[in-house]
Amino acid sequence: MIPQAALMRPRAWRVPVMIAGVIALAALIPMLTDRQDTLNLLFLICLYITLGQSWNILVGFAGQISLGHAAFFGIGALVTRTLWLDGMFFPLAFLLSGLAAVAFAVLIGVPTFRLRGAYFAIGTLGIAEVLRITVSQNLPLISTMTTAEIAHYNLTLRYYVAVGLALATIGAAYLLLRSSWSLGILAVREDEEAAQATGVNVLGHKLLALFISSFFAGLAGGLFAFQQISYYPSAAFSPQWTFDTLLIAFVGGLGTIGGPVLGAIFFVFVRERLAVSLVQIHQMIFGVLFIIVVLTFPGGLIEAWRRVRNSRWLARRV
Amino acid sequence: MSFESAAQNIVFGLFVGGIYGIAAVGLALAFGVMNVLNIAHGELLMIGGYISFWLFSLWGIDPFVSLIICIPAMFVIGWVLDRLVYRHVARLTGETKIKNSLLISFGMVLILQNLALRLFTADERTIQVSYGGAGFNVFGVSLPYTRLLSLLIALIAILALHFFLQRTDPGKAIRATAEDWEAAELSGISVQRVYMMTFALSAALAGVAGALVSVTASVTPSIGLDWTLKALIVVVLAGTGSISGAFPAGLLLGLVEALSGIFIDASYRELVGLVIFLLVLLLRPQGLFGSQGA
Repeated sequence: MIPQAALMRPRAWRVPVMIAGVIALAALIPMLTDRQDTLNLLFLICLYITLGQSWNILVGFAGQISLGHAAFFGIGALVTRTLWLDGMFFPLAFLLSGLAAVAFAVLIGVPTFRLRGAYFAIGTLGIAEVLRITVSQNLPLISTMTTAEIAHYNLTLRYYVAVGLALATIGAAYLLLRSSWSLGILAVREDEEAAQATGVNVLGHKLLALFISSFFAGLAGGLFAFQQISYYPSAAFSPQWTFDTLLIAFVGGLGTIGGPVLGAIFFVFVRERLAVSLVQIHQMIFGVLFIIVVLTFPGGLIEAWRRVRNSRWLARRV
Repeated sequence: MSFESAAQNIVFGLFVGGIYGIAAVGLALAFGVMNVLNIAHGELLMIGGYISFWLFSLWGIDPFVSLIICIPAMFVIGWVLDRLVYRHVARLTGETKIKNSLLISFGMVLILQNLALRLFTADERTIQVSYGGAGFNVFGVSLPYTRLLSLLIALIAILALHFFLQRTDPGKAIRATAEDWEAAELSGISVQRVYMMTFALSAALAGVAGALVSVTASVTPSIGLDWTLKALIVVVLAGTGSISGAFPAGLLLGLVEALSGIFIDASYRELVGLVIFLLVLLLRPQGLFGSQGA
């Protein structure tokens, strides 16, 4: 996570090489396999990485537990879907999904940040529910792609957009952590009063985290709208999106760059593997894991992986 | 809209509000005394509803009678959950405690909801008592026995809780802990036991609400979030942590929902509560009935 430490570690060249390898592999996969289910699985992983990482920016970095992520996702989906099916050039409609989510964040940011801690959490949940109910009242009909679109449906294209978006979100989180803004944002997370007292613009840094977070959550919604052949517009506003995101970020490792990535891969694999045989079990597994992470192991999976690796590395030395 | 149907709407709003009130009191109790924001309160209510439903459909026990079993059963479930999960946040303080209790109770939501889905399937369950359709008729407004009994039970439960908190020693220990747990600990109260009892009591109250829901509405494994939100709205209306304000605030929410159904549109009932919730949260965090500094 911290680049300086990475440079001091022996064989630091591994990290960039691994990243380049992952990107090359991701680019090659559609050429190696024709299986739609594999591409779908990878698409979902990328979608959840985007959601998890964008939530992580607000919650893991700035420490503001938001339960309203579904609102940004839903707005993004609604905007892209409407404009794109109306004939707008997709990349533009896609970009507007992120901007629309930011616009909504501008609207709710200042009032909701008057709330602290758990009140912020339930307040944002309330806002997301208001949006969901409003949308389901006004747009009760299912939204389906035109037959022309379905005929030319290209999953590989969607997969590439998803990979690009996931990488962009991870990159944004990384750059944010390296920027001087991260000092203020992390200070707000650790102790709001102390940050305020030392002259950090608390509200400004919270808003910055919220805007970046909502931008990528909106884009994730736009991606969802681009991929789904048909869905109810209110489905994108379902609190389930928030809850899945929360699980991914927490179980993966909140506040780290790798955590939400690992969390998303783990989440999608466990869900897709267990969904076949035991539908409800995966949710229970995540419930238990989540409680364990919150109570005793705040580092999540990424921390567990680090410890295993370190112990192996030590064992080799001895 | 005719006078009768408007009056009918308002009366039913109050009936529903009574259940909101009893659902919220349990949440307010855990929050006010323990600083535990239990998002899984709606799931506890759902479990109470299932206990009541199965007692009725397997052994034919009337849901109002089976409260004698449902309440202690939920008390025990609450006790066990406190021992297993919730006690681990007890040693935290302030903001961190509320935040972590919200998070772990979210984990409980997932576990309980999916456990119920696995055990009871997603079917919608309702208790159809033999006197279900019967009731009084006052000036063209019908007052079904089930609804009247539900309101009565809710009132009895609230009064019993009030008596328990005001007059008995364990109740006084709970109130002392709510006011200042350190002072309570110093004067010989076992705060840990108070927390156990409070959480079990909160679960028992959720059980009462669940039983009433299973008679007057229906129970599925996924009703939890909706009821948690309703209870949260009521708790925020009453002023977070206010136990005595929760029941009147519940009646108020039921009334407001009914009025919005009459004057705006029935489909916006759900929204009105949430909008009021957000406004109160932002503009008057101490609640409508709360005093300063609550």
